[in-house]
Amino acid sequence: MAEENVLTAGALTLEQDWKMPDRGTVGIIFLIITETALFSIFVAAYLIYIGKSLVGPYPKDVLELPILATICLLSSSGTIVFAEHALEKGHLGQFKLWWIVTICLGLEFLTATGLEWRKLIVHDHLTISTNLFGTTFYSLVGLHASHVTVGMVFLLLVLAVTLFRFPIETQKRRVKFLSWYWHFVDAVWVVVFTVVYIIGR
Amino acid sequence: MASIDYPLERPDIEDTGWHFAENLYRWIATVDHKKLGLMYIVSALIFLCVAGVMAVVIRLQLAFPNGHVVDPDTYDRLFTMHGTTMVFLVGMPIVAGLSNYLVPLMIGARDMAFPRLNSFGFWIFLFGGLLLYYSYIGGSGLSGAGSAPDVGWFAYAPLTTKSFSRGHSVDYWALGVLVSGFGSIASAINVIATTISLRCPGMTLSKMPMFVWVMLVDAWLILIALPPLSAGQIMLLLDRYLGANFFNTQHGGSAVLWQHIFWIFGHPEVYILIFPAFAILSELVPIFSRKPLFGRPAMVGAVVAIGFISLGVWAHHMFAVGMTSWSNTFFAASSMLVGIPTGIKIFNWTATMYGGRIRLLTPMLFCCAFLLQFLVAGLTGIMLAVAPFDWQLHDSYFVVAHFHFTLAGGLVTALFGGFYYWYPKVAGRMYNETLAKWHFWLFIIGFNLTFIPLHFAGTLGMPRRIYTYAPGRGWEIWNQLASLGALMQAAAVTLFAWNVIYSAIKGEPAGDDPWDAWTLEWGTTSPPPEYNFEKLPVVRSSRPLWDLKHPNDPDWKYE
Ligand SMILES: [Cu+2]
Repeated sequence: MAEENVLTAGALTLEQDWKMPDRGTVGIIFLIITETALFSIFVAAYLIYIGKSLVGPYPKDVLELPILATICLLSSSGTIVFAEHALEKGHLGQFKLWWIVTICLGLEFLTATGLEWRKLIVHDHLTISTNLFGTTFYSLVGLHASHVTVGMVFLLLVLAVTLFRFPIETQKRRVKFLSWYWHFVDAVWVVVFTVVYIIGR
Repeated sequence: MASIDYPLERPDIEDTGWHFAENLYRWIATVDHKKLGLMYIVSALIFLCVAGVMAVVIRLQLAFPNGHVVDPDTYDRLFTMHGTTMVFLVGMPIVAGLSNYLVPLMIGARDMAFPRLNSFGFWIFLFGGLLLYYSYIGGSGLSGAGSAPDVGWFAYAPLTTKSFSRGHSVDYWALGVLVSGFGSIASAINVIATTISLRCPGMTLSKMPMFVWVMLVDAWLILIALPPLSAGQIMLLLDRYLGANFFNTQHGGSAVLWQHIFWIFGHPEVYILIFPAFAILSELVPIFSRKPLFGRPAMVGAVVAIGFISLGVWAHHMFAVGMTSWSNTFFAASSMLVGIPTGIKIFNWTATMYGGRIRLLTPMLFCCAFLLQFLVAGLTGIMLAVAPFDWQLHDSYFVVAHFHFTLAGGLVTALFGGFYYWYPKVAGRMYNETLAKWHFWLFIIGFNLTFIPLHFAGTLGMPRRIYTYAPGRGWEIWNQLASLGALMQAAAVTLFAWNVIYSAIKGEPAGDDPWDAWTLEWGTTSPPPEYNFEKLPVVRSSRPLWDLKHPNDPDWKYE
């Protein structure tokens, strides 16, 4: 391996100044990009099929604006940032508080979606097979809700290990990545809300 | 972030003799990028043989008019599984395998950015592949219809809906490909994070080997283009299992939507598949011409341009659908546009050879054959991008000949060159050059004998996917030549397999750097140790080993 030594020799300054982006950061950014590509197809399908349903019920008859759920989900993006800042400064108590608030807001969103679906299925008899509106509505909103659910599982995981006195302050990077994912899910909701409840109605 | 320090002596990897179970466990539990890369490539080669056998059966069936080798149903399954296997279970794992094995070595890293994600990616890919093939056993379903999928590799709606495809064969197609796609996504994220974050000191993007550049853009294309296919497959499964109406025309759904979604994936996919060939050429041509790559910035620019333009050309697969003439014009123009960066690449490889001291060893022979064959593929591609021309030859054997020239004449040809080039690094032993030359000539003659005649059969009106044909249309001679060529290709691949296995045991020891090469993977031992480099290298130019071997005239003085 004499070659290796020549390769590495005489470049120590270069080696010390060499800074590369964090791989986790790169990984999560490109995960979000690929997820965006997935969502955009479902959004496009929704837009293409607006007004193409052959039978009712139609969006304007049955859809109600999920104002409260939207406020909850969007504000949870703020509370998770507060939690992150608290963790950064080492205030574990505050971190737990804001984290629990985030979880509650997320749960409220999921509950609201569940109730909305219940109303649509039981009361309005709209299922995924009823018409194109049902097909695109349940698949797009469902895809988003499943992402919220995945985020929720990870939020609960962080909460659980924190409550069991796991030193969460050693995992600031991962908490940050989770928070980015959560922001992404929120941003997707803005698009879904616009497409489904504003343009589609 | 700081690099990980691997202990050089690890008791768990100490050689304790040859124990089958232990070795097997080591391969299954490994997170080493080289082992995973090899496992990707070996499974791809096994799938290549399976799909190759299918192709031979197809050619036997078509060798004579009114053939009776297989019945029509079996024939439909054969071409469906041949296409699906070649694209998703050969092409995709080749992308993942090559970048896994070579990218960390070329950028002077000790492993991929996420080794465990890497292992997950491989196993989920293999599971998806096996799930697809399980359809031969489990595909009949309750209604007893069908076994393997028979809907073509593009699985057009409404043929895939429940009413036209009973049984579970389409479900196996959708699920198997969907699941193996997760593996490709995982590996693509890994390649991107590795190239961005783990390059050794001094390796700026402008000094990164061209191979790594191409695989980086390839990973980007996978991340953008594969999710649309996954979305389409999820929609298809929703249609089939929950009665959704995405592609159900009875409820206003659109079968053309599937075509759009599929080709939004499908066209970038052909670039995803061909990029390993571009990557291989960009390394091999300079080494065997003893000249640095001609026009490196233009090469980077071209590959990045393809990474974007190729996302906007998909509907050239749909000229016959009846789109508006504006769409036809747009997609014809964009398809011709994407020919420009590809032309730049061909020009630059040729210019690299111009005036060089060319060593015509087998890897270089395959590169030369690639250049000629890929040029033909590019020219027929431009022809098909002209919408009125496409209307005449759409779904004919002309199209079959065109894309086999890109994928077999382009990708597979370049891959053989790449395999021979890196074989000494991976095996530590040299392949047999005589046998390799036999492989080369047999394969190249066989390939051209198969696919040049199919252009003529297509021009004479022979449609794709027909399982037999009546005599007297002038198609016989072309089909007989094609079938003869297919047998020659099969013989050539057998020679290759024999060479690979035989040389791994009996080949001459290769040494660390048999080609007098310039990139970092040749600076470590053959095969490389698990930690790749004892000390992480520091580079100052795009040809670090050149600098090392020519201390009086290093590249970095000029770069
Ligand atoms: Cu195309």
